[in-house]
Formats: sequence, structure tokens, C-alpha cells
Amino acid sequence: MSQSAEKVLDHFHLFREPEYKEMFANKKKNFEFSVPAEELKKQVEYAKTVEYKEKNFAREALTVNPAKACQPLGAVFAANGFEGTLPFVHGSQGCVAYYRSHFSRHFKEPTSCVSSSMTEDAAVFGGLNNMIDGLANSYSLYKPKMIAVSTTCMAEVIGDDLNAFIKTSREKGSIPMEFDVPFAHTPAFVGSHITGYDNALKGVLNYFWDGKAGTVEPLKRKPNSSINFIGGFDGYVVGNNREVKRIFNEFGVKYTMLCDPSDAWDTPTDGEFRMYDGGTTLEDTANAINAKGTIMMQTISAEKTAEYIESKGQEVVRLHHPMGVKGTDEFLMAISKLTGKPIPESLTKERGRLVDAVADSSAHIHGKKFALYGDPDLMLGLTAFLLELGAEPTTVLSTNGDDAWAAKVQALFDASPFGKNCKVYPKKDLWHMRSLLFTDPVDFLIGNTYGKYLDRDTGTPLIRIGFPIFDRHHKHRYPVWGYQGALNVLVAILDKIFDQMDADTNGIATTDYSFDIIR
Amino acid sequence: MATLRQIAFYGKGGIGKSTTSQNTLAALAEMGQKILIVGCDPKADSTRLILHAKAQDTVLSLAAEAGSVEDLEIEDVMKIGYRNIRCVESGGPEPGVGCAGRGVITSINFLEENGAYDGVDYVSYDVLGDVVCGGFAMPIRENKAQEIYIVMSGEMMAMYAANNISKGILKYANSGGVRLGGLVCNERQTDKELELAEALAGKLGTKLIHFVPRDNVVQHAELRRMTVLEYAPESKQAEEYRQLATKIHANAGNGTIPTPITMDELEDLLMDFGIMKKEDESLIGKAATAA
Repeated sequence: MSQSAEKVLDHFHLFREPEYKEMFANKKKNFEFSVPAEELKKQVEYAKTVEYKEKNFAREALTVNPAKACQPLGAVFAANGFEGTLPFVHGSQGCVAYYRSHFSRHFKEPTSCVSSSMTEDAAVFGGLNNMIDGLANSYSLYKPKMIAVSTTCMAEVIGDDLNAFIKTSREKGSIPMEFDVPFAHTPAFVGSHITGYDNALKGVLNYFWDGKAGTVEPLKRKPNSSINFIGGFDGYVVGNNREVKRIFNEFGVKYTMLCDPSDAWDTPTDGEFRMYDGGTTLEDTANAINAKGTIMMQTISAEKTAEYIESKGQEVVRLHHPMGVKGTDEFLMAISKLTGKPIPESLTKERGRLVDAVADSSAHIHGKKFALYGDPDLMLGLTAFLLELGAEPTTVLSTNGDDAWAAKVQALFDASPFGKNCKVYPKKDLWHMRSLLFTDPVDFLIGNTYGKYLDRDTGTPLIRIGFPIFDRHHKHRYPVWGYQGALNVLVAILDKIFDQMDADTNGIATTDYSFDIIR
Repeated sequence: MATLRQIAFYGKGGIGKSTTSQNTLAALAEMGQKILIVGCDPKADSTRLILHAKAQDTVLSLAAEAGSVEDLEIEDVMKIGYRNIRCVESGGPEPGVGCAGRGVITSINFLEENGAYDGVDYVSYDVLGDVVCGGFAMPIRENKAQEIYIVMSGEMMAMYAANNISKGILKYANSGGVRLGGLVCNERQTDKELELAEALAGKLGTKLIHFVPRDNVVQHAELRRMTVLEYAPESKQAEEYRQLATKIHANAGNGTIPTPITMDELEDLLMDFGIMKKEDESLIGKAATAA
């Protein structure tokens, strides 16, 4: 035995021991019935061809590795951004285990979320009893200030009516009559996590502004000078929201951040467990109806919410993950226009520093080709920033971006000389991306952790920007918005460029004439 | 425009629900009302008499072709029929597979989100059979149909179904705003039909809103895929539907929370009218020839 108590081998090394190697070889020989290595190699090569790409793009029924998740994930994200709020997913336990682990793997923090634990009998008789018991347990065990309900596929297929169920639960005494329970139907088989974020956030606003599901009078808007900020589904929410707050404070404006999970996903280790931390207060959420206007940072991620806020008479500024110099300019000008306050000198100075940094590194990033994939708003922001840097985002792909999104990306290409040879791919998956990386090679790939397989298969170095990032730590703590955020993105890109440059020039006495100290 | 009124027709399968609803809605259209019919039956025949054809382009069949409901436009699924009545069929899976109830939910959400209800006075849902699952209860959820009309007859099973549907309405009536608008008896010429229907209505805490007599002209019109209102506007039967339409139109806000009864009470009711003999246990399980 190679494993012993004196010297415990981790799994990196254990399976490289001779007896495991032998076992794997035997398994392959006796049980896997694999094709001969030659044939396998031929097929691998074929998958790199243009002919294969055409077949791949002709695919209609099958999706391979979609770059998206399901609605309730977004709903849990939205719920987590409110003060003392417990996300409650009406449906089966396994789904909820997925949302919790998905967020915890990205943020490296526990994510509080409960399910109504529907099983087969609930599927037959309806989930009303699960709702009644679930709300009662959640309320008494976890003592939240609010429970935000969403649904999984199972509850949606059988047609459970959240509004009626929650009312009945109140009447049966699961929760006090005046306890806040906003809700949203979030069928996982429709749309993606950004649809769920949108539905859930709209559900919360609708609940507070329009009479708490018929229990009180709807609020009447009395406009004030405050503004609202909605970030959208954002993997950098911890860093971004703090940066945006700093920006608002520099301006000296009154603001409400609607949905702010930045503290919930970054609790300190100081001996006290915080099941809930920070978040938009319920009072602020209700008062947000009176704001002068709302800045939507990722409008595709919250389109229905934007329309709803507009219907209340507020001005909504629709942005698409503004990034870089021009993007941040637009964001700051929007704040200035809404509030009538000038852009503070301190931020203007930050802008100058960013421009300086961009200029310092321009020689290395100019003309580099990038393939990128992710959520539609992020892709718009990143594409604009890359074009601004003089890079060529030749392949921009999104699974949950539709034709309207693609037209917006194309407009960015058309407005820049660097966009000439760039193409946008709406409603495509990572297997499409794989083909593209072979047939239309680029210098770098930008995407989430799942891109590491594409990196390995195609030899395109991956720059990790997006959600989820599981295999690198703490990226979510660094903003990507604001001039400071743009600097972080620039550095992430440059680091990979230089790492790659070093790797390409370190052959001893062959290529190392360029293995330089100074880059 | 007055506020949008949403009603729904429920009832046992084969009771003449679609025929009654389409004729009544045609009469409402005659009265100048702008109407949208939402067929919630996988058979997609709730609008056949208005459109003179069975709707081929149901929401779900087109969604299946296009890949998803999000790819549909409202113009693709909304057809205009007799007297500009807007017609939509939700459609659904083939018998024996899939989930028709989910189809109803998907379709109604699609219609609401895409403005199908804009500019109409009436939305009418025509729902198959019993309230068999959550999906078929979609039209009676809050902010959907305000009044439910149950089409029934003097037959035992039709009354049984009417009682069951009342149970479904009761479930949602306490938490939401849905009410039972009344019973519509579609005459089958069973014994003491009118009296029975009125008695059942009384027990359910509602009223028999109209008794629609049996008339062959309905069959003649149906063969031509027309409502009686269009086929024979001068006929006595057309007048009956006009009366029903007028009563429904005047019935806004008069719905009640139903008081469904037990199976025993239902049987008692039949006994009271002499249709079933009291304590005649020997009758149970006996064939007609043996009795």
C-alpha cells in the first residue's frame, strides 16, 4: 500500500502510484472497450476542422455545456441582498443544495437558503403543506426579518400558486400576518439565472410598493432627491458594491442600493456566526419608490424590473455592465445628470490614472485577439473595454444572450476600427466555443472557471472573468466597475499576457534570448 | 374602456362547455363587447365555432417549433374570428404524454406578458373537464378570472363534477378574489332537470344563472363550425344565448364563495327529487334487466 498514516498522499499524487496506474490500465483494457488510440486521435483532429464546426453549428436539439444556470439561482442571489432575508425555494431539496454550493464555491462563504423539501407526495397532492410547514420552521428556527420565496421546476410543473399558498400559510399561523414574504415564480426551465434574478427582484419591489400582496394599501410615490442603484446578477458583487458605494460617497449623493449581498457574502471571522449580514433594509426598499431615478447596471439582467420601476414614474438609466474609461464615464455622468451634482475631482483624477495605466501597457494589449463568453451584460461591457484598449474581441459568445443582445454587440464592433473582424454568437454554448477556438484561433480566452477545459483542449490561455470562478480565490473581492475596477481587469488581462510571454520565451538556449526581466 | 372582466367556463368533459361558452361570447360580442377567448384544452377546440376551423397554431405547438415560448410573437398565436373575437388556444401535448397543466400556465403567462389582454373588455377561459391539477387552476388564481361559470346538466356525473369544481374554487376563493358566478344548465332532458339544477345551485350557495334548452339548431350550427348566433341569429336558441350573455354581463361582482357538498349530500339531493329511491340498497350494483 502506498498510502500510510506516516505519509498521507493527497489525490494529486496518490493515483500516480504504480498500483493505481496498473488498475487504471486494467480498467481501460478490460472494461472500457475504447477505440484504438489511432482512431481516437483521428477523431480529435477531425473535431478541429471547419467541416466539424459547420456540423456543430447546425446542431438544433442538443446543448453541450451551456454558459448559464437556472432561474432560482438568480432568485437566491436577489433574496440574499436584503436585510435579514432568508431565501426560501419552494421545491425539492437537491435544487437548493446546488444553489448553496454554487455560491459557496464562488464566494467561499456559506449561503443561507432553505427549501420546502417537496417529495413525491407533494408532487401528487401539491406543495401547500410543504409551504405551511416550511414557512413555520424557517420563521421559528432561523428568525429572519423577511422570507423571499421562489420556485423550482417541480413546483412550477404542478402549478403551485405561491400567492394563495403564502396567504393560506399566514392564516394557518405559520408566520405572523404582517411578516414580509415577497415571492416570485421562477421556473428553472425558462430563461437563465438572470431571468430569475429579474423576477425575484421585481417580486420584492412589487411586494413592498404595491400593497404587500393585497394586505395593505399600495404606496404612493412622493419623489425625493435620492437615487436607486441596481447591480444585476454579478459575481463581483462584493468588490463592486463597495466600490460603487465609495463612488456615491465621493459624489455625496443619497442613494439606495437595491439588493446588496456584499456583506452577506463576505462575513468576517471574528468568532460570531452571521447568518445574515448587511443588505438593503426593508424600510429603504419600500422608500426606494420615492427615488428620483434608478441606475440599472446590467439592464438585460433586470429588464422586467426596469419596466416596473418606470411604470411608477421613475427615470431608469439603462446601462450594460459599464467597464473601462468610456463605460465608467457614462456611469458617472448618469449619476451626475440624475442628481445634478458635478463629478468629483477625486474621481476625475482616478480616471487620469487609469488612462495612464492603459497607455503604459498599450503596446502589449494592442492587436491581441480575444474570445469571450458569459452573461450578456458582462459581454457588452467587456467587449467595449477591449475595443477601447485596442484589442480585438473577435469571438463574443453568450448562451443567455439573444438576437437583440447580439445586435448591441455588433453595434460596438461597428463603432470601432478594432471591431472589423469580430463576430458575435447569441444563444450558443461552450461546445460551439470549442469549435471556434480551433477554426478561428485567438490569443486569449476570457470566461469563467468552466473555460479551463477549453484552455486545455485548445491551448488558448484562459483569463478568468465571469461567474462562477471556483478554482481561483477571492476574485469577487476586487471590483471590476469604476476606474479602479477597470484597472483590476486590465491587470488580470496583462498578467496572463506576460505569463504567456514568459512561457513562450523560456526555452534554455533556444528562445530565452527574450526571457526578459523587463516587460 | 371599462375595467377588464375575466371569466372562465368549467364543467365536465362533453357537457357542451365549449359550445355554450362560444355561443354566449358571440352574443356578448353582438352587444358590442371586445372579447378574447383563451382555450385551455389540449384538444384546442374552444374557438372552433368562432374561427370556423380548429385552431392549428396553438401557443405550445408553435413554441415547440420555435424552440421556446420566448421566440413567439403574439400575432403568431392570436386569430381573429366572428365579430372580431380574438382567439388563442394554449394547446398541449398528445394524449398520454407530457403535462398539459404546465402548458396552460406557460400560455397564460405568455399572453399576459405580451399584451394580449390590452384593449379587450372580456377575457374568457375555457378549461377542460375538472380542475385536475394546479395547471388547470391557473385561470382561477388571483388576478385572473373573477367569476367562474360551471356548465352542467341534470346528469349525476355532471353534478358531481360541478361540485368538484366548486371545491377547487373554494380553495382559491378564501385567499384570492375568485368567485362562483353561477351554474349554467345545458339541458340533457333528464328527469326534473331544471329543479335539480336549481336545488344544486342552492346547495352550492350560488344560483342557476340560465337553463339552456336543448335544440337541434345547435347541432346544425356545429356541423357548419358556427355558433347559433351566426348560423341562425333569428332562432329561439340564439335568443337563449343572448339572455345568458345579458345575465352574465349583469352579474359582475355578484359571484359567491361556493359551499361544496359531500357525495352523500349529493345523493340525498337525487333522492329528494325521487331520482334515486331512499334506502333502496337492492338497487346498487344491479343491471336494469335484473331490477
